[in-house]
Amino acid sequence: MPTATYDGTAVPVDDEGFFTEPERWTEAMGEQIAKECGIDTLTDRHWTVIRFMREQYAAKGTGPTVRVLGKTSGVSVKELYQLFPKGPAKTAAKIAGIPKPRGCI
Amino acid sequence: MGTHIVILGSGTAGTMTANRLRRAYDESELRITVVDQDDSHVYQPGLLFVPFGLAQQHALVRSRPHQLHDGIDYRRARIDRVDLDARTVYFAVGGWVAYDVLVVATGARLLPEETEGLTGPGWGESVFTFYDLPGAVGLHEALERFEGGRVVVDVADMPVKCPVAPLEFAFLADWYFQRRGIRDRVELTYATPLDGAFTKPVAARTLGGLLKRKGVELVTEFTLGEVDGKGGRLVSYDEREVGFDLAVVVPLHGGAEYVERSPGLGDELGFVPVDPHTLQLPDHPEVFAIGDAAGLSASKAGSVAHFEGEVLVRNIGRFLAGEPLDGSFDGHANCFVETGFHKALLIDFNYDTEPLPGHFPGPVGLPLMKESHAAHLGKLAFEWLYWHSLLPGREMPGIGSAMPERGKIHFPASSENFPA
Repeated sequence: MPTATYDGTAVPVDDEGFFTEPERWTEAMGEQIAKECGIDTLTDRHWTVIRFMREQYAAKGTGPTVRVLGKTSGVSVKELYQLFPKGPAKTAAKIAGIPKPRGCI
Repeated sequence: MGTHIVILGSGTAGTMTANRLRRAYDESELRITVVDQDDSHVYQPGLLFVPFGLAQQHALVRSRPHQLHDGIDYRRARIDRVDLDARTVYFAVGGWVAYDVLVVATGARLLPEETEGLTGPGWGESVFTFYDLPGAVGLHEALERFEGGRVVVDVADMPVKCPVAPLEFAFLADWYFQRRGIRDRVELTYATPLDGAFTKPVAARTLGGLLKRKGVELVTEFTLGEVDGKGGRLVSYDEREVGFDLAVVVPLHGGAEYVERSPGLGDELGFVPVDPHTLQLPDHPEVFAIGDAAGLSASKAGSVAHFEGEVLVRNIGRFLAGEPLDGSFDGHANCFVETGFHKALLIDFNYDTEPLPGHFPGPVGLPLMKESHAAHLGKLAFEWLYWHSLLPGREMPGIGSAMPERGKIHFPASSENFPA
Protein backbone atom coordinates (compact mmCIF):
# COMPACT_ATOMS: atom_id res chain seq x y z
CA MET A 1 0.00 0.00 0.00
CA PRO A 2 1.55 3.36 -0.99
CA THR A 3 1.91 6.17 1.51
CA ALA A 4 1.94 9.92 1.11
CA THR A 5 3.41 12.47 3.48
CA TYR A 6 1.31 15.43 4.50
CA ASP A 7 2.07 17.85 7.30
CA GLY A 8 5.16 15.80 8.16
CA THR A 9 3.21 12.57 8.68
CA ALA A 10 3.20 9.51 6.42
CA VAL A 11 -0.34 8.25 5.76
CA PRO A 12 -1.53 5.23 3.76
CA VAL A 13 -3.30 6.09 0.49
CA ASP A 14 -4.61 4.10 -2.47
CA ASP A 15 -3.10 4.08 -5.97
CA GLU A 16 -4.91 7.30 -6.86
CA GLY A 17 -3.93 9.08 -3.65
CA PHE A 18 -7.17 8.73 -1.69
CA PHE A 19 -6.86 8.20 2.07
CA THR A 20 -7.62 4.67 3.21
CA GLU A 21 -7.67 5.66 6.90
CA PRO A 22 -9.76 8.85 7.18
CA GLU A 23 -9.09 9.17 10.92
CA ARG A 24 -5.45 10.05 10.13
CA TRP A 25 -6.51 13.21 8.31
CA THR A 26 -6.09 16.75 9.67
CA GLU A 27 -7.25 20.08 8.27
CA ALA A 28 -3.63 21.06 7.63
CA MET A 29 -3.25 17.94 5.49
CA GLY A 30 -6.41 18.95 3.62
CA GLU A 31 -4.85 22.28 2.70
CA GLN A 32 -1.74 20.57 1.35
CA ILE A 33 -3.74 18.07 -0.69
CA ALA A 34 -5.82 20.95 -2.09
CA LYS A 35 -2.64 22.64 -3.34
CA GLU A 36 -1.61 19.38 -5.06
CA CYS A 37 -5.05 19.38 -6.72
CA GLY A 38 -4.51 22.90 -7.99
CA ILE A 39 -6.62 24.71 -5.38
CA ASP A 40 -4.35 27.25 -3.70
CA THR A 41 -6.75 28.61 -1.12
CA LEU A 42 -9.59 26.79 0.53
CA THR A 43 -12.50 29.18 1.11
CA ASP A 44 -15.39 28.74 3.57
CA ARG A 45 -17.42 27.30 0.70
CA HIS A 46 -14.73 24.68 0.05
CA TRP A 47 -14.72 23.79 3.76
CA THR A 48 -18.52 23.47 3.77
CA VAL A 49 -18.20 20.80 1.12
CA ILE A 50 -15.16 19.11 2.67
CA ARG A 51 -16.82 18.82 6.09
CA PHE A 52 -20.01 17.58 4.46
CA MET A 53 -18.02 14.88 2.66
CA ARG A 54 -16.49 13.70 5.93
CA GLU A 55 -19.87 13.66 7.71
CA GLN A 56 -21.44 11.69 4.87
CA TYR A 57 -18.56 9.24 4.87
CA ALA A 58 -18.87 8.74 8.63
CA ALA A 59 -22.63 8.18 8.32
CA LYS A 60 -22.77 6.08 5.16
CA GLY A 61 -19.34 4.57 4.56
CA THR A 62 -18.92 6.25 1.19
CA GLY A 63 -18.61 9.83 -0.05
CA PRO A 64 -21.60 11.25 -1.96
CA THR A 65 -21.74 11.66 -5.73
CA VAL A 66 -21.86 15.14 -7.33
CA ARG A 67 -25.61 14.85 -7.81
CA VAL A 68 -26.23 13.98 -4.18
CA LEU A 69 -23.82 16.72 -3.08
CA GLY A 70 -25.76 19.22 -5.21
CA LYS A 71 -29.03 18.13 -3.61
CA THR A 72 -27.89 17.92 0.02
CA SER A 73 -24.77 19.98 0.75
CA GLY A 74 -26.34 23.39 0.22
CA VAL A 75 -23.90 24.02 -2.65
CA SER A 76 -25.30 23.71 -6.19
CA VAL A 77 -23.68 21.42 -8.76
CA LYS A 78 -22.66 24.47 -10.78
CA GLU A 79 -20.89 26.05 -7.80
CA LEU A 80 -19.35 22.69 -6.86
CA TYR A 81 -17.63 22.65 -10.24
CA GLN A 82 -16.46 26.23 -9.73
CA LEU A 83 -14.96 25.26 -6.37
CA PHE A 84 -13.50 21.94 -7.52
CA PRO A 85 -13.11 22.29 -11.29
CA LYS A 86 -11.58 18.85 -11.89
CA GLY A 87 -14.57 16.91 -10.57
CA PRO A 88 -16.11 17.86 -7.23
CA ALA A 89 -16.92 14.43 -5.79
CA LYS A 90 -13.45 13.02 -6.37
CA THR A 91 -11.42 16.13 -5.61
CA ALA A 92 -13.37 16.99 -2.47
CA ALA A 93 -13.09 13.38 -1.28
CA LYS A 94 -9.34 13.46 -1.80
CA ILE A 95 -8.96 16.77 0.07
CA ALA A 96 -11.33 15.55 2.80
CA GLY A 97 -9.16 12.48 3.39
CA ILE A 98 -11.84 9.88 2.67
CA PRO A 99 -11.69 6.92 0.26
CA LYS A 100 -12.69 7.38 -3.38
CA PRO A 101 -16.50 7.56 -3.60
CA ARG A 102 -17.84 4.24 -4.84
CA GLY A 103 -20.34 5.86 -7.17
CA CYS A 104 -22.77 3.73 -9.07
CA ILE A 105 -22.50 0.79 -11.38
CA MET B 1 -57.68 -13.18 7.00
CA GLY B 2 -53.97 -13.95 7.04
CA THR B 3 -51.15 -11.59 6.24
CA HIS B 4 -51.48 -8.79 3.68
CA ILE B 5 -48.53 -8.03 1.40
CA VAL B 6 -48.73 -4.87 -0.67
CA ILE B 7 -46.40 -4.57 -3.65
CA LEU B 8 -45.99 -1.10 -5.13
CA GLY B 9 -45.19 -1.29 -8.81
CA SER B 10 -46.02 -3.89 -11.41
CA GLY B 11 -42.95 -3.79 -13.61
CA THR B 12 -40.33 -6.51 -13.83
CA ALA B 13 -39.54 -6.67 -10.12
CA GLY B 14 -43.04 -6.20 -8.72
CA THR B 15 -44.76 -8.64 -11.08
CA MET B 16 -42.14 -11.30 -10.54
CA THR B 17 -42.28 -10.89 -6.76
CA ALA B 18 -46.08 -11.07 -6.66
CA ASN B 19 -46.13 -14.21 -8.79
CA ARG B 20 -43.34 -15.91 -6.82
CA LEU B 21 -45.16 -15.18 -3.56
CA ARG B 22 -48.46 -16.41 -4.96
CA ARG B 23 -46.81 -19.68 -5.99
CA ALA B 24 -45.20 -20.06 -2.56
CA TYR B 25 -48.20 -19.30 -0.32
CA ASP B 26 -51.81 -20.32 -0.14
CA GLU B 27 -54.42 -17.58 -0.51
CA SER B 28 -55.72 -18.32 2.98
CA GLU B 29 -52.37 -17.47 4.57
CA LEU B 30 -51.33 -14.57 2.37
CA ARG B 31 -53.28 -11.84 0.59
CA ILE B 32 -51.33 -10.02 -2.14
CA THR B 33 -52.21 -6.61 -3.57
CA VAL B 34 -50.24 -5.04 -6.42
CA VAL B 35 -50.54 -1.31 -7.12
CA ASP B 36 -49.54 0.52 -10.30
CA GLN B 37 -50.59 3.78 -11.88
CA ASP B 38 -51.18 2.44 -15.41
CA ASP B 39 -51.89 -0.82 -17.18
CA SER B 40 -48.99 -0.87 -19.65
CA HIS B 41 -46.12 -3.20 -18.91
CA VAL B 42 -43.28 -2.28 -21.27
CA TYR B 43 -40.57 -4.80 -22.14
CA GLN B 44 -37.81 -2.28 -21.45
CA PRO B 45 -34.90 -4.24 -22.96
CA GLY B 46 -36.73 -3.83 -26.29
CA LEU B 47 -36.54 -0.02 -26.20
CA LEU B 48 -32.95 -0.14 -27.47
CA PHE B 49 -34.09 -1.73 -30.74
CA VAL B 50 -36.98 0.62 -31.55
CA PRO B 51 -34.87 3.54 -32.87
CA PHE B 52 -33.22 1.22 -35.39
CA GLY B 53 -36.46 -0.30 -36.60
CA LEU B 54 -35.49 -3.66 -35.07
CA ALA B 55 -38.51 -3.72 -32.73
CA GLN B 56 -42.03 -2.35 -33.06
CA GLN B 57 -43.53 -0.42 -30.20
CA HIS B 58 -46.81 -2.36 -30.01
CA ALA B 59 -44.91 -5.65 -29.63
CA LEU B 60 -43.22 -4.40 -26.45
CA VAL B 61 -46.32 -3.53 -24.44
CA ARG B 62 -48.66 -5.89 -22.61
CA SER B 63 -51.29 -5.52 -19.92
CA ARG B 64 -49.91 -5.32 -16.37
CA PRO B 65 -52.72 -7.24 -14.63
CA HIS B 66 -52.57 -9.99 -17.26
CA GLN B 67 -49.02 -10.81 -16.14
CA LEU B 68 -50.24 -11.51 -12.60
CA HIS B 69 -51.35 -14.95 -11.43
CA ASP B 70 -54.90 -15.57 -10.21
CA GLY B 71 -55.38 -14.71 -6.58
CA ILE B 72 -53.47 -11.42 -6.76
CA ASP B 73 -55.47 -8.20 -6.39
CA TYR B 74 -54.48 -5.53 -8.89
CA ARG B 75 -55.21 -1.96 -7.96
CA ARG B 76 -54.73 0.76 -10.56
CA ALA B 77 -54.02 3.97 -8.68
CA ARG B 78 -51.47 6.71 -8.30
CA ILE B 79 -49.71 6.56 -4.97
CA ASP B 80 -49.72 9.70 -2.88
CA ARG B 81 -47.50 8.53 -0.05
CA VAL B 82 -46.59 5.75 2.33
CA ASP B 83 -47.00 6.26 6.07
CA LEU B 84 -44.37 3.89 7.47
CA ASP B 85 -45.55 4.19 11.08
CA ALA B 86 -49.19 3.54 10.22
CA ARG B 87 -48.19 0.84 7.69
CA THR B 88 -50.54 2.40 5.18
CA VAL B 89 -50.33 3.40 1.53
CA TYR B 90 -52.44 6.43 0.57
CA PHE B 91 -53.69 6.92 -2.98
CA ALA B 92 -53.73 10.22 -4.86
CA VAL B 93 -57.45 10.08 -5.58
CA GLY B 94 -58.28 9.18 -1.98
CA GLY B 95 -58.52 5.82 -0.29
CA TRP B 96 -55.79 3.76 1.26
CA VAL B 97 -54.56 0.26 1.83
CA ALA B 98 -52.90 -1.10 4.98
CA TYR B 99 -50.12 -3.67 4.85
CA ASP B 100 -48.29 -6.15 7.04
CA VAL B 101 -45.39 -6.29 4.58
CA LEU B 102 -44.59 -3.67 1.95
CA VAL B 103 -42.48 -4.27 -1.15
CA VAL B 104 -41.37 -1.17 -3.02
CA ALA B 105 -40.88 -2.01 -6.68
CA THR B 106 -41.76 1.25 -8.42
CA GLY B 107 -38.52 1.42 -10.37
CA ALA B 108 -36.70 4.53 -11.52
CA ARG B 109 -38.15 7.66 -13.08
CA LEU B 110 -36.59 9.70 -15.89
CA LEU B 111 -35.92 13.32 -14.91
CA PRO B 112 -35.05 15.12 -18.17
CA GLU B 113 -36.38 18.42 -16.77
CA GLU B 114 -33.62 18.42 -14.12
CA THR B 115 -30.95 19.11 -16.74
CA GLU B 116 -30.84 22.68 -18.00
CA GLY B 117 -32.14 22.95 -21.56
CA LEU B 118 -32.67 19.24 -22.09
CA THR B 119 -36.43 19.57 -22.57
CA GLY B 120 -36.04 23.01 -24.20
CA PRO B 121 -35.60 23.84 -27.90
CA GLY B 122 -34.72 20.78 -29.95
CA TRP B 123 -36.30 18.26 -27.55
CA GLY B 124 -38.05 15.72 -29.74
CA GLU B 125 -36.44 17.21 -32.87
CA SER B 126 -32.67 16.93 -32.53
CA VAL B 127 -32.48 15.84 -28.88
CA PHE B 128 -33.98 12.51 -27.81
CA THR B 129 -33.89 9.76 -25.29
CA PHE B 130 -34.65 6.12 -26.08
CA TYR B 131 -35.34 5.33 -22.42
CA ASP B 132 -39.10 5.58 -22.84
CA LEU B 133 -41.38 4.42 -25.61
CA PRO B 134 -42.40 7.82 -27.07
CA GLY B 135 -38.75 8.87 -27.09
CA ALA B 136 -37.61 5.67 -28.78
CA VAL B 137 -40.31 6.01 -31.45
CA GLY B 138 -39.47 9.68 -32.06
CA LEU B 139 -35.80 8.82 -32.34
CA HIS B 140 -36.58 6.14 -34.91
CA GLU B 141 -38.24 8.75 -37.12
CA ALA B 142 -35.32 11.16 -36.63
CA LEU B 143 -32.78 8.47 -37.53
CA GLU B 144 -34.69 7.57 -40.67
CA ARG B 145 -34.48 11.22 -41.75
CA PHE B 146 -30.82 11.56 -40.77
CA GLU B 147 -28.47 11.90 -43.73
CA GLY B 148 -25.18 12.64 -41.99
CA GLY B 149 -23.56 14.76 -39.29
CA ARG B 150 -22.58 14.45 -35.64
CA VAL B 151 -24.43 11.97 -33.45
CA VAL B 152 -23.64 12.00 -29.76
CA VAL B 153 -24.80 9.45 -27.21
CA ASP B 154 -24.62 10.96 -23.73
CA VAL B 155 -25.28 9.67 -20.23
CA ALA B 156 -26.21 12.73 -18.12
CA ASP B 157 -25.10 11.25 -14.79
CA MET B 158 -25.31 8.03 -12.82
CA PRO B 159 -27.26 6.11 -11.71
CA VAL B 160 -29.14 5.07 -14.86
CA LYS B 161 -31.11 1.97 -15.74
CA CYS B 162 -29.15 -0.64 -17.66
CA PRO B 163 -25.78 1.15 -17.80
CA VAL B 164 -24.74 -0.87 -20.86
CA ALA B 165 -27.73 0.27 -22.97
CA PRO B 166 -26.16 3.58 -24.06
CA LEU B 167 -23.04 1.69 -25.19
CA GLU B 168 -25.23 -0.76 -27.06
CA PHE B 169 -26.95 2.21 -28.70
CA ALA B 170 -23.57 3.47 -29.96
CA PHE B 171 -22.63 0.02 -31.30
CA LEU B 172 -25.98 -0.41 -33.03
CA ALA B 173 -25.83 3.13 -34.44
CA ASP B 174 -22.51 2.28 -36.12
CA TRP B 175 -24.12 -0.82 -37.65
CA TYR B 176 -27.29 1.06 -38.63
CA PHE B 177 -25.39 3.78 -40.51
CA GLN B 178 -23.21 1.16 -42.21
CA ARG B 179 -26.32 -0.68 -43.37
CA ARG B 180 -27.68 2.57 -44.77
CA GLY B 181 -24.36 3.19 -46.50
CA ILE B 182 -23.79 6.59 -44.85
CA ARG B 183 -21.42 5.62 -42.03
CA ASP B 184 -18.62 7.76 -43.58
CA ARG B 185 -20.88 10.81 -43.28
CA VAL B 186 -21.59 10.25 -39.57
CA GLU B 187 -19.36 11.20 -36.65
CA LEU B 188 -20.25 9.11 -33.62
CA THR B 189 -19.34 10.23 -30.09
CA TYR B 190 -20.00 8.57 -26.74
CA ALA B 191 -19.93 10.93 -23.75
CA THR B 192 -20.04 9.56 -20.21
CA PRO B 193 -19.62 10.90 -16.66
CA LEU B 194 -17.46 7.83 -15.90
CA ASP B 195 -13.69 7.81 -16.33
CA GLY B 196 -13.96 5.04 -18.94
CA ALA B 197 -16.51 3.25 -21.12
CA PHE B 198 -17.76 1.35 -18.06
CA THR B 199 -17.41 1.46 -14.28
CA LYS B 200 -15.15 -1.54 -13.84
CA PRO B 201 -11.60 -1.65 -15.26
CA VAL B 202 -11.62 -4.90 -17.26
CA ALA B 203 -15.03 -4.24 -18.86
CA ALA B 204 -14.08 -0.59 -19.43
CA ARG B 205 -11.08 -1.77 -21.44
CA THR B 206 -13.04 -4.31 -23.49
CA LEU B 207 -15.99 -2.02 -24.19
CA GLY B 208 -13.73 1.00 -24.74
CA GLY B 209 -11.77 -1.12 -27.25
CA LEU B 210 -15.00 -1.97 -29.04
CA LEU B 211 -15.97 1.71 -29.28
CA LYS B 212 -12.57 2.46 -30.78
CA ARG B 213 -12.81 -0.38 -33.28
CA LYS B 214 -16.20 0.90 -34.38
CA GLY B 215 -14.89 4.43 -34.81
CA VAL B 216 -16.84 5.92 -31.90
CA GLU B 217 -15.04 8.72 -30.09
CA LEU B 218 -15.08 8.33 -26.30
CA VAL B 219 -15.40 11.44 -24.11
CA THR B 220 -15.00 10.66 -20.41
CA GLU B 221 -15.75 12.47 -17.12
CA PHE B 222 -18.36 14.49 -18.97
CA THR B 223 -21.16 15.30 -16.53
CA LEU B 224 -23.95 16.96 -18.47
CA GLY B 225 -24.64 20.49 -17.24
CA GLU B 226 -26.59 22.00 -20.09
CA VAL B 227 -28.13 21.14 -23.44
CA ASP B 228 -28.12 23.89 -26.04
CA GLY B 229 -30.58 22.52 -28.57
CA LYS B 230 -30.48 25.57 -30.84
CA GLY B 231 -26.70 25.74 -30.94
CA GLY B 232 -26.33 21.94 -31.09
CA ARG B 233 -24.04 21.71 -28.06
CA LEU B 234 -23.86 19.57 -24.96
CA VAL B 235 -22.00 21.45 -22.24
CA SER B 236 -20.51 19.69 -19.22
CA TYR B 237 -20.39 21.21 -15.74
CA ASP B 238 -16.66 21.77 -16.18
CA GLU B 239 -17.49 23.71 -19.37
CA ARG B 240 -16.35 21.33 -22.05
CA GLU B 241 -18.51 21.09 -25.17
CA VAL B 242 -19.58 18.33 -27.52
CA GLY B 243 -21.29 19.51 -30.69
CA PHE B 244 -24.14 17.55 -32.24
CA ASP B 245 -26.68 17.40 -35.03
CA LEU B 246 -28.50 14.60 -33.22
CA ALA B 247 -28.17 14.03 -29.46
CA VAL B 248 -29.29 10.84 -27.74
CA VAL B 249 -29.33 11.63 -24.04
CA VAL B 250 -29.94 9.29 -21.13
CA PRO B 251 -31.50 11.71 -18.62
CA LEU B 252 -30.99 11.79 -14.87
CA HIS B 253 -32.87 9.12 -12.94
CA GLY B 254 -34.63 9.29 -9.60
CA GLY B 255 -37.05 7.11 -7.65
CA ALA B 256 -40.84 7.37 -7.89
CA GLU B 257 -42.32 10.70 -6.83
CA TYR B 258 -44.32 9.35 -3.88
CA VAL B 259 -41.10 8.08 -2.29
CA GLU B 260 -40.04 11.69 -1.74
CA ARG B 261 -43.43 12.41 -0.12
CA SER B 262 -43.01 9.47 2.28
CA PRO B 263 -40.81 10.41 5.25
CA GLY B 264 -38.19 7.78 6.05
CA LEU B 265 -38.68 5.78 2.87
CA GLY B 266 -36.19 7.18 0.35
CA ASP B 267 -32.67 8.56 0.00
CA GLU B 268 -31.67 11.87 -1.60
CA LEU B 269 -32.55 10.62 -5.07
CA GLY B 270 -35.81 8.89 -4.08
CA PHE B 271 -34.40 5.36 -4.03
CA VAL B 272 -35.06 3.11 -1.03
CA PRO B 273 -31.87 2.50 0.98
CA VAL B 274 -32.42 -1.14 1.89
CA ASP B 275 -29.76 -3.49 3.20
CA PRO B 276 -27.66 -4.57 0.19
CA HIS B 277 -27.75 -8.26 1.15
CA THR B 278 -31.23 -8.76 2.70
CA LEU B 279 -33.16 -6.00 0.81
CA GLN B 280 -34.88 -4.98 4.07
CA LEU B 281 -35.26 -1.35 5.18
CA PRO B 282 -33.14 -1.04 8.35
CA ASP B 283 -35.59 0.92 10.54
CA HIS B 284 -38.72 -0.76 9.21
CA PRO B 285 -38.23 -4.53 9.05
CA GLU B 286 -41.61 -5.04 7.33
CA VAL B 287 -40.50 -2.92 4.34
CA PHE B 288 -38.44 -4.31 1.47
CA ALA B 289 -37.37 -2.89 -1.90
CA ILE B 290 -36.41 -4.67 -5.09
CA GLY B 291 -35.23 -3.76 -8.58
CA ASP B 292 -34.50 -0.25 -9.80
CA ALA B 293 -36.36 1.27 -6.82
CA ALA B 294 -33.73 0.00 -4.40
CA GLY B 295 -30.86 2.34 -3.57
CA LEU B 296 -28.08 -0.20 -3.95
CA SER B 297 -24.69 -0.10 -5.60
CA ALA B 298 -25.91 -2.83 -7.95
CA SER B 299 -26.88 -2.18 -11.57
CA LYS B 300 -30.43 -1.08 -12.23
CA ALA B 301 -31.29 -3.98 -14.51
CA GLY B 302 -33.89 -6.69 -14.91
CA SER B 303 -31.36 -9.43 -14.25
CA VAL B 304 -30.54 -7.86 -10.89
CA ALA B 305 -34.25 -7.77 -10.00
CA HIS B 306 -34.49 -11.42 -11.00
CA PHE B 307 -31.57 -12.44 -8.79
CA GLU B 308 -32.86 -10.27 -5.92
CA GLY B 309 -36.28 -11.87 -6.22
CA GLU B 310 -35.13 -15.24 -4.97
CA VAL B 311 -33.59 -13.72 -1.82
CA LEU B 312 -36.51 -11.33 -1.31
CA VAL B 313 -39.22 -13.99 -1.35
CA ARG B 314 -37.21 -16.15 1.03
CA ASN B 315 -36.70 -13.17 3.35
CA ILE B 316 -40.36 -12.20 3.39
CA GLY B 317 -41.08 -15.78 4.50
CA ARG B 318 -38.43 -15.63 7.20
CA PHE B 319 -39.62 -12.23 8.39
CA LEU B 320 -43.19 -13.53 8.71
CA ALA B 321 -41.95 -16.60 10.58
CA GLY B 322 -39.83 -14.45 12.90
CA GLU B 323 -36.60 -16.05 11.69
CA PRO B 324 -33.30 -14.31 10.89
CA LEU B 325 -33.06 -13.10 7.29
CA ASP B 326 -30.94 -14.54 4.53
CA GLY B 327 -28.20 -12.07 3.69
CA SER B 328 -27.04 -13.75 0.56
CA PHE B 329 -27.84 -11.27 -2.19
CA ASP B 330 -24.45 -10.55 -3.75
CA GLY B 331 -25.27 -7.80 -6.26
CA HIS B 332 -25.30 -10.28 -9.13
CA ALA B 333 -25.94 -8.75 -12.57
CA ASN B 334 -25.89 -10.43 -15.95
CA CYS B 335 -26.15 -8.37 -19.13
CA PHE B 336 -26.20 -9.19 -22.80
CA VAL B 337 -24.46 -6.29 -24.54
CA GLU B 338 -25.69 -6.07 -28.13
CA THR B 339 -22.75 -5.05 -30.35
CA GLY B 340 -24.35 -5.06 -33.81
CA PHE B 341 -23.85 -7.33 -36.83
CA HIS B 342 -25.90 -10.08 -35.08
CA LYS B 343 -23.43 -10.32 -32.25
CA ALA B 344 -23.52 -9.66 -28.53
CA LEU B 345 -21.21 -9.93 -25.57
CA LEU B 346 -22.20 -11.25 -22.16
CA ILE B 347 -21.02 -9.75 -18.89
CA ASP B 348 -21.61 -11.21 -15.42
CA PHE B 349 -20.58 -9.55 -12.16
CA ASN B 350 -21.57 -8.69 -8.59
CA TYR B 351 -20.77 -6.27 -5.73
CA ASP B 352 -17.25 -7.67 -5.31
CA THR B 353 -16.26 -9.28 -8.61
CA GLU B 354 -15.97 -7.10 -11.70
CA PRO B 355 -17.02 -8.49 -15.11
CA LEU B 356 -14.38 -11.04 -16.10
CA PRO B 357 -13.74 -13.17 -19.19
CA GLY B 358 -14.42 -16.91 -19.24
CA HIS B 359 -17.71 -18.74 -19.69
CA PHE B 360 -21.20 -18.54 -18.13
CA PRO B 361 -22.68 -20.15 -16.10
CA GLY B 362 -19.82 -22.71 -15.96
CA PRO B 363 -16.72 -23.71 -17.93
CA VAL B 364 -19.03 -24.94 -20.69
CA GLY B 365 -21.38 -22.13 -21.53
CA LEU B 366 -21.70 -18.80 -23.28
CA PRO B 367 -18.43 -16.90 -23.67
CA LEU B 368 -18.06 -13.90 -21.34
CA MET B 369 -16.72 -10.50 -22.39
CA LYS B 370 -16.29 -11.66 -25.96
CA GLU B 371 -18.54 -11.01 -28.95
CA SER B 372 -20.42 -14.03 -30.21
CA HIS B 373 -23.46 -14.88 -32.31
CA ALA B 374 -24.61 -17.20 -29.51
CA ALA B 375 -24.88 -14.30 -27.07
CA HIS B 376 -26.94 -12.34 -29.60
CA LEU B 377 -29.31 -15.31 -29.91
CA GLY B 378 -29.41 -15.40 -26.10
CA LYS B 379 -30.47 -11.78 -26.03
CA LEU B 380 -33.25 -12.40 -28.55
CA ALA B 381 -34.44 -15.55 -26.74
CA PHE B 382 -34.60 -13.60 -23.51
CA GLU B 383 -37.71 -11.71 -24.65
CA TRP B 384 -39.74 -14.93 -24.67
CA LEU B 385 -38.26 -16.03 -21.36
CA TYR B 386 -39.12 -12.64 -19.88
CA TRP B 387 -42.87 -12.98 -20.46
CA HIS B 388 -43.15 -16.74 -20.00
CA SER B 389 -40.62 -17.64 -17.34
CA LEU B 390 -39.21 -14.61 -15.52
CA LEU B 391 -42.41 -12.63 -14.90
CA PRO B 392 -44.50 -15.70 -13.96
CA GLY B 393 -41.88 -16.37 -11.30
CA ARG B 394 -40.54 -19.66 -12.63
CA GLU B 395 -36.93 -20.53 -12.00
CA MET B 396 -34.49 -20.29 -14.90
CA PRO B 397 -32.83 -23.71 -15.16
CA GLY B 398 -29.14 -23.57 -14.27
CA ILE B 399 -29.22 -19.85 -13.37
CA GLY B 400 -29.33 -19.15 -9.65
CA SER B 401 -29.23 -15.96 -7.64
CA ALA B 402 -25.58 -16.05 -6.60
CA MET B 403 -22.96 -15.12 -9.20
CA PRO B 404 -21.26 -18.30 -10.50
CA GLU B 405 -17.49 -18.34 -10.02
CA ARG B 406 -16.88 -21.47 -12.06
CA GLY B 407 -15.85 -20.59 -15.60
CA LYS B 408 -14.44 -17.16 -14.75
CA ILE B 409 -10.83 -16.28 -15.46
CA HIS B 410 -9.25 -14.12 -12.78
CA PHE B 411 -6.11 -12.18 -13.47
CA PRO B 412 -4.43 -9.11 -12.01
CA ALA B 413 -6.28 -5.92 -12.87
CA SER B 414 -3.07 -4.43 -14.26
CA SER B 415 -2.40 -7.38 -16.61
CA GLU B 416 -1.17 -6.20 -19.97
CA ASN B 417 -1.86 -9.56 -21.59
CA PHE B 418 -5.58 -9.15 -21.74
CA PRO B 419 -6.67 -8.23 -25.25
CA ALA B 420 -8.51 -4.94 -25.11
